Amino acid sequence: AEMAAARLSGTENRLVSLPLSRIRVIMKSSPEVSSINQDALFLTAKATELFVQYLATYSYKHGRGKEKNALTYTDLSHTAEECETFQFLADILPKKILASKYLKMLEKEKRDGEVREDDDEGEEEEDEDE
Amino acid sequence: MAERPEDLNLPNAVITRIIKEALPDGVNISKEARSAISRAASVFVLYATSCANNFAMKGKRKTLNAGDVLSAMEEMEFQRFVAPLKESLEVYRREQKGKKEARKDKDKKTDSEEQDKSREEDNDDDDERMEEEEQNDEEEVDN
Repeated sequence: AEMAAARLSGTENRLVSLPLSRIRVIMKSSPEVSSINQDALFLTAKATELFVQYLATYSYKHGRGKEKNALTYTDLSHTAEECETFQFLADILPKKILASKYLKMLEKEKRDGEVREDDDEGEEEEDEDE
Repeated sequence: MAERPEDLNLPNAVITRIIKEALPDGVNISKEARSAISRAASVFVLYATSCANNFAMKGKRKTLNAGDVLSAMEEMEFQRFVAPLKESLEVYRREQKGKKEARKDKDKKTDSEEQDKSREEDNDDDDERMEEEEQNDEEEVDN
């Protein structure tokens, strides 16, 4: 309810700030969509604004970035993972891992693959660090 | 027809402004966070469109309408958006209606002015008015 009162007018008292033309381009990129009536276009734009507000405030509220008065990528990615409503974003907001960890993961996968093959050839691989 | 990547993005300045107005004053938003939210917003549009389109197809319609979008919001678990969206829609419809009536009034005014002029000039004005009406139709109909 407070969202409705506070956000009804949008930024700078405009009804909607996101450009309808751009929203339309994105919508039309879906092959199965034939046409979009003007009201539907407006509602989608407005809903997207509400979504941006919701994603930002939810992530800030539940994240650790606010310890430093900031909204961070990690806050967002955390939201995508933890909150069911935002789970459709999980693929595009993956958790960040250190490059060294990622390389080790690749190494491990590679080793696991080789163990299943013939052992006769076996060259032992050693971990470089650790 | 392939869209260039930037065409499916929303304008950074607008996204940033919406975020800033939603958060408490002085909160810093990293560039990475802003970019992530922008991408998320585009994905949201795609998801909402797909969902709304399912409702349209169920209703055997080819044109997405307001009801389809509202149904999509409920389906996507964004019920909290429905009430504010309905309110905004009312305002939007009033605005659009107002604009349309303003155009009609303008046309009527041109008409009454025409009656005072000679017939030759009348013909020219008629042509102008027809062009305006065609423009109006284009604005309302989606292709």
